[in-house]
Amino acid sequence: MSLAFFIQYLVAGITYGTIYAVVGMGFNIIYNTTGIINFAQGEFVMLGGMVAVSLHHHLPLPAAIAGAVLVTMAVGALIELIFIHWLSKPTVLRMIIVTIGISILIREAALLVWGHDVRVLPYFTGNEISAISLGGALISPQVIWVVAVCAVMVLLTTAFFQWTMLGRQMRACASNRVGAAVCGLPIRNLVTLSFALSAGMGALAGCVVCPITYTQYGMGTGLAIKGFTVAILGGLGNSLGAVAAGLLLGVVESFTVSALPAAYKDTISIAILLGVLFVRPSGLFGSRAATRA
Amino acid sequence: MRPALLRQVAIFVAVFVALELLAVAGEKSFLLTQVTMSAYYTLVVLGLSLLMGYAGQISLGQAGFFALGGYTSAVLTTWDLAAQRSVGWVAGAARVGLLTSRTDAFGAQVLTVHPWPALACALLLTMTVAFVVGIPVLKLKGHYLAMATLGLGTIVYSIAVGTARLGAADGISGVPPFPLLPGIGVGGSMGGRIVNYYVACGILAAVMLLLLNLVHSRVGRALRAIHGAEDAASAMGVDTAHFKVRTFVLGAALAGLAGVLLTHFNGAIGPSEASIMKSVKYLAIVAVGGMGSLWGTLAASMVLNFLSLRGYFGTLDDAVFGAILIAVMLFAPQGILAIDLRRALRILRPARGAPAEPR
Repeated sequence: MSLAFFIQYLVAGITYGTIYAVVGMGFNIIYNTTGIINFAQGEFVMLGGMVAVSLHHHLPLPAAIAGAVLVTMAVGALIELIFIHWLSKPTVLRMIIVTIGISILIREAALLVWGHDVRVLPYFTGNEISAISLGGALISPQVIWVVAVCAVMVLLTTAFFQWTMLGRQMRACASNRVGAAVCGLPIRNLVTLSFALSAGMGALAGCVVCPITYTQYGMGTGLAIKGFTVAILGGLGNSLGAVAAGLLLGVVESFTVSALPAAYKDTISIAILLGVLFVRPSGLFGSRAATRA
Repeated sequence: MRPALLRQVAIFVAVFVALELLAVAGEKSFLLTQVTMSAYYTLVVLGLSLLMGYAGQISLGQAGFFALGGYTSAVLTTWDLAAQRSVGWVAGAARVGLLTSRTDAFGAQVLTVHPWPALACALLLTMTVAFVVGIPVLKLKGHYLAMATLGLGTIVYSIAVGTARLGAADGISGVPPFPLLPGIGVGGSMGGRIVNYYVACGILAAVMLLLLNLVHSRVGRALRAIHGAEDAASAMGVDTAHFKVRTFVLGAALAGLAGVLLTHFNGAIGPSEASIMKSVKYLAIVAVGGMGSLWGTLAASMVLNFLSLRGYFGTLDDAVFGAILIAVMLFAPQGILAIDLRRALRILRPARGAPAEPR
């Protein structure tokens, strides 16, 4: 493999990897505040892309993207309010099944609204054929957009949880729900907020990646599995671990495609997921003892 | 046989005979085809019901096991060995009766594996995969188990779609019928619709009896104990991992059996049988029937599968199952048969002893 090819595959891997990282972080945000793994996480990415494409018919691109993020955040909050808010002590099995049902409903609704066709947003700068040369490899400017936007998103989210009052309240809710409630924190509202935040992150990722990967109604399930793999690899609840794991998975996947038929691409990442679950469920970067809970 | 069980079986037989007579009398016997298919799908659902309701474990990979069984049988029974007739192992297999010679759809004489040894291979493969995967997977709980089995199902699906030998997106067709007795078997040409219907009902009844006996045995009590409180069951000396793996393997075997039989019945199998949505449908049906209620699951499965196969839900099929899943889990997590109607209706009336409204 020549250096140019190597860089090309590496960059492709990093592009997908950042998206996986963002989906993985979305899993973590909801998991941290509720203990629920939201199987509809991938649908937020799809929804973001789809809504942005539709809004772009009437609005300039930045406004369309902002609108898509807001709409998806509203959908995320509504899902929490309608399906999860009022359940007093749901079992894990029950919540898993509910979020699976939600993901199917969102997907089918998207199928009714947007149909089977793939949708695409225009490139943010340049077009399909504009490229930046890097060590012999050709890189689309959109790739830089994807990586930059996702990096900023990760940094802002980390800063939000670290330094703002609201972020700290959500962390308190995550670390000890009863304790947080005793201190007077509005637990229920924080949970709704976590769904909105997680949906918004997914939507923004869905918008920036749309010009490269296109958006189709059924893309959510695959992304959810990848995102979950990343969340587990990085240690469930550990956001920076998810970022590292996301990049790792993206790059590994990208290089396996260079060696194996593309149809097996998903198989590789799932095999990684199963391997990690069997051998080290606490994740590569998990510090706690293996809790198989 | 216990009297209660005898009564249940009598009702089962009566209902299915009545269905057949009604369908024939009303000249709607074409409906029996979908009832037959529903009966085979019900085998998968019963296995999942046992796993979820009694062992308390979730699986989103049942369609994967179904496809594993179906594809194995389809590959073996359509693999023409006529050209290799003189090769040592083919000749040997033919001599001990493992192979069968028949005329395919194009009138050519082909030599393929007999459906019985193909069934044995299919079940063996399905159970082996379930066992190997089950040991580590069932140590996981909750989300981890759901995702791991979902991943397993996805792998089977992508292999089915991505492999040319398995017909890729088209699947495998031209699968011969499955002979049981002379003139009786599973498949379009085997004695027609009504014979097929009774064969399917008979298999369903046999599996149901097996499972009912299982849940009322020491194994069933152990499984319920695991579902109730795993740590407590373990402390009482129940080998929890052992029972969970056994139930997982049994559920997979039932799914594999259903896959084999339905593939022979339809004469074909395609990758859609392995899709995640299929697994989710099975899950939805178990939820409706009530986890741990085998009769409830059987009823829910026959009704929902029939409606789905007849196309009553149209293009909204997936959405209907998604909505069912959510509705049942939110409002009746014990299954719809467990809804206390009188209590539900009482909500509509003012509570007894409530203060009278001021005049």
